[in-house]
Amino acid sequence: MDGEAILARLRERLGDHVVETHDFRGDHTAVVARDALLAALALCRDDPKLGFDLLVDLTAVDYLKFPGREDGPRFEVVYHLYSVEHNHRVRLKVRVEEDDPWVPTATSLWPIANWLEREVWDMFGLRFEGHPDLRRLLLYEEFVGHPLRKDYPMNRRQPLIGPNV
Amino acid sequence: MVERATRELFLGDGAAVGGGTDHLHVNLGPAHPAMHGIVRIFAELDGESVVKADVEIGYLHRAFEKDCEAGPYNNAIPYTDRLNYVSPLINNFGYAAAVEKLLGIEITERCAYIRVIMGEISRICDHLTCVGASAMELGAFTVFLYMIKAREFLWELVEDVTGARLTISYGRVGGVKADLPPGFDAKVRAAFVEVRQVLGEVHTLLTGNRIFMDRMVGVGALSREETIAWGITGPLLRAAGVPYDVRRAQPYWAYDRVEFDVPLGKNGDNFDRYLVRMAEMEQAMRIVEQALERIPGGAINVDYQGRAIDPAMYVDKGKQGKTEGLLLVPITLSPNLLGQDKNAQGRINVHDKQVVLPPKENTYGSIEGLMNHFMLVMDGYGIRPPAGEAYVAVEGANGELGFYVVSDGTDRPYRVRCRPPCLPPVAALPRMIEGQMIADVIPTFGSVNMIGGELDR
Repeated sequence: MDGEAILARLRERLGDHVVETHDFRGDHTAVVARDALLAALALCRDDPKLGFDLLVDLTAVDYLKFPGREDGPRFEVVYHLYSVEHNHRVRLKVRVEEDDPWVPTATSLWPIANWLEREVWDMFGLRFEGHPDLRRLLLYEEFVGHPLRKDYPMNRRQPLIGPNV
Repeated sequence: MVERATRELFLGDGAAVGGGTDHLHVNLGPAHPAMHGIVRIFAELDGESVVKADVEIGYLHRAFEKDCEAGPYNNAIPYTDRLNYVSPLINNFGYAAAVEKLLGIEITERCAYIRVIMGEISRICDHLTCVGASAMELGAFTVFLYMIKAREFLWELVEDVTGARLTISYGRVGGVKADLPPGFDAKVRAAFVEVRQVLGEVHTLLTGNRIFMDRMVGVGALSREETIAWGITGPLLRAAGVPYDVRRAQPYWAYDRVEFDVPLGKNGDNFDRYLVRMAEMEQAMRIVEQALERIPGGAINVDYQGRAIDPAMYVDKGKQGKTEGLLLVPITLSPNLLGQDKNAQGRINVHDKQVVLPPKENTYGSIEGLMNHFMLVMDGYGIRPPAGEAYVAVEGANGELGFYVVSDGTDRPYRVRCRPPCLPPVAALPRMIEGQMIADVIPTFGSVNMIGGELDR
């Protein structure tokens, strides 16, 4: 399926839950509502015409300082999917407000979501509801803050930890 | 009594003292000679079998993604060297390709072939290191020495082209740093003779070797479905029989113009992973040989060599106003800038003033060139892709290496995300080793080919 057909299929099956679709440089993207995220991901994986069996990547972007988007929903969680069978790709996104920072977990669909979601929690402080083990992945538990947020300064020092502090 | 104390001291809580049935908790790592990097496997053992395992990563976290946001687009190139430091060229090119996609530009044909050639040489280095190190951990030290010897020949090629062995920073947005040096073709063929000989020797030493087979066959296996569900790509996925290779599925650069096979395994165990890697090295050499034959542009143009002048004299002439015909006069470039003269630049870089630095002749010899140079390096100017986002996947040595770059229209990337190909298999490592013997952890971990720089970023 080409990208347009994938987006049309998503719109057809999910209706109003698809908030927005666009195509930039051949990357087809669908923004879905948070309530419908799990349904959308399950549809992508299980629909025989879509067949997105590989969760390639799961990450987030903080739009706090993006020109023109300062007031909108602050975060976007981004899912890159690939279908081994059909050899096509799609990008799903879900927007998350700063004061309600959570997304349903995709661990029930793909086990790899476990670590990728832990990394997003670590770096952006977005909670994944229903995640079995939401610990930091790359940083240590005593780390204060979430460093890939745009309001986390590059040069911030962290409190010392360890037995001799 | 003495013996009891010793066991408690050395084995810690849960040591099976007193004949109880408690499980033993063992830390493999963070720093362990059989770990390819700094990673901690916290294993719960029942006797010698692993009941449960937890992997802890992040020891090499260097804030790659945060650092990329701090500087202009080309500033991230040296950071990408340090992602997968065994095959840094592929990272360089992958990141550059993502920014090129944002900009909507096509690289030149010669550059596409250079990227294919250098990327494949990197892939061989990576597989040599992975197979060599895993074999060494199983006691086959000779294999490690042979493979490192072969890698040395390839690193000499890399050094010839890029000027460095490891932190090469050779990719650029819109092209590469410099053209291939004269005589590169012959050097590659000579190096491949050595590499092929080493691979032949290693096949004789390992493939079919009883000790090696016993520790590899059927160990660490994942089924086809599970491998996909864990998001694993690259040699590990192909060892499970799935023919997914980004170079074949969604060809980029010049991969659609060269012939190669995608080697497949069947069982998804460590032995198949080893065989896939061995076969891929041969395929990579095949690709390089074809690319060297088809690369357009030929050798570097040496027509003007007799009349070349040195840069200082060039600048003096410009200052004195003797600029007539000056741009046609070539400069004797320092050996450090080999392959970066005007002719070479035109062949390997995109013809887009807003992306690629002008050749040094123009920068030194004309006001337009100087301004062009400044416009690309001044704070707030430089490469400015339109606002948007792009994801580019290339086939790294460990699998799909993805770069997701978000631009807000300024000269700095708003967000750079690297999809590390070795993260999924490391995440699936507990699944691969649970239920197996503690000794099986070592070959399985070796076959995963964890690269700390890429895993922890």
